[in-house]
Amino acid sequence: MILSEVLQQILDTTIATFRDVLPIAAILFGFQFAVIRKPLPNFTRVVIGFVWVLIGLSLFLIGLEWALFPLGRLMAQQLTDPVFLAGANDAASVALSWSDYYWVYLFAFLIGFATTIAEPSLIAVAIKANEVSGGSIGVWGLRLSVALGVAIGISLGCYRIVVGDPIHYYIMAGYVIVVLQTLVAPKLIIPLAYDSGGVTTSTVTVPLVAALGLGLAETVPGRNPLIDGFGLIAFASLFPIMSVMAYAQLTQKLAQKAHPDEQD
Amino acid sequence: MRDTLIKLFKFLIGSIRDLTPIIVVILFFQLVVLQQPLPNIGQLMVGVLFVLFGLTFFIHGLEQGLFPIGESMAHAFARKGSVPWLLIFAFALGFGTTVAEPALIAVAAEAAKVAANGQLIGSSGQAMADYANGLRMSVAFSVGIAILLGVLRILKGWPVQWFIIGGYLLVVIMTAFAPDEIIGIAYDSGGVTTSTITVPLVTALGVGLASSIKGRNPMIDGFGLIALASLTPMIFVMAYGMIVL
Repeated sequence: MILSEVLQQILDTTIATFRDVLPIAAILFGFQFAVIRKPLPNFTRVVIGFVWVLIGLSLFLIGLEWALFPLGRLMAQQLTDPVFLAGANDAASVALSWSDYYWVYLFAFLIGFATTIAEPSLIAVAIKANEVSGGSIGVWGLRLSVALGVAIGISLGCYRIVVGDPIHYYIMAGYVIVVLQTLVAPKLIIPLAYDSGGVTTSTVTVPLVAALGLGLAETVPGRNPLIDGFGLIAFASLFPIMSVMAYAQLTQKLAQKAHPDEQD
Repeated sequence: MRDTLIKLFKFLIGSIRDLTPIIVVILFFQLVVLQQPLPNIGQLMVGVLFVLFGLTFFIHGLEQGLFPIGESMAHAFARKGSVPWLLIFAFALGFGTTVAEPALIAVAAEAAKVAANGQLIGSSGQAMADYANGLRMSVAFSVGIAILLGVLRILKGWPVQWFIIGGYLLVVIMTAFAPDEIIGIAYDSGGVTTSTITVPLVTALGVGLASSIKGRNPMIDGFGLIALASLTPMIFVMAYGMIVL
């Protein structure tokens, strides 16, 4: 790549990020000055913080566009390629069963886990939750359980695309489990668990996972990308709710075991 | 200055740790499973470096700018005690941050393309742009409503699970009536609304509100805004599908 092209791309992405941040900044500062009508404490610090966010997000997005996305898309394509799936056999003559896609499931699991660990908004929520809970909710405990939930969700979602079950059965079954868990999980974790469903799927996870889903729906015979290709993100937002509640139940059980005389 | 550098260095170490799993997974699949050489090694390395520094600066800016302003505004609104303005702010924040969300624009355009291929809508550029625009507006409107409802919930202290379970029921009922083609997109649209800038802001807003109103627990009442913002788009997009398709 030529240097001028690189600089052009950096400039373009920065402008695009600036355009995304602008309405948010306008709303925030507009309400601050027009409605609250009080000077913001640490005004310069906040503005500098916004500049850091802007630079950071731009660099992050450029890097994703250069390194992770092309590679992720290419791998999703290669892994769902019938020639690869059928191994040395002639691809056309072999009818693939759902278990032939094992590399896809493994890839879905690992990439779901890995991208969730790197998801900036999850890091943000974990920092806040740790702060608010006075340290009783660990940053890593939360991030790992969310990542595990996403990993399970995406690999199950891939299995669904391969076998072609309707998505709403899975989602509804998931809802039932979430409702049942809500009844027994520690009260403090419930809102946070619901939130972790939404934060998992932003900058890093969505493009990679969407590519995997669409690639899979295009190669598996009889699948319609419109009906089957979408839906992986829904799995990725539902399963962390369960895994975070399960994590809270587990830590509560362990704490009770360690201190049997203490009641909460 | 020195403190800033030390902090940045700490965040950088954190970013390296956060990104290692992705790199390991990709290398393992490329080299062991697919057994293909990596294309454009140079560009890849630069890209990874950019991601690394980008994440570091973002986290730094988060603690300097986004968290403090979200919280200080929540406190200011709570002190001012003007509920209508707070609700208008909540709606504007939800709508404004979503309507410009690049992930949403991309998904809406993609959905329009697929719907045109399936001959659900006309394949002219105008028809596709209208459809994508309608999707975007329904999602942005639904997120605005979600943040508004969520803030109202914090003020009143209603338990979040009633909203979520009620919303789930609505989703299940609407799934039975919505056209098949919209269901997958509707379910996914819940996930794409919550961007990297919105999440920290909205979280800080919720936690800030809950901790400045007497009798609210920031853990129980402060979280839950994101959950609502990921639920309402499913309902609104299915409604949009039922009307348009």
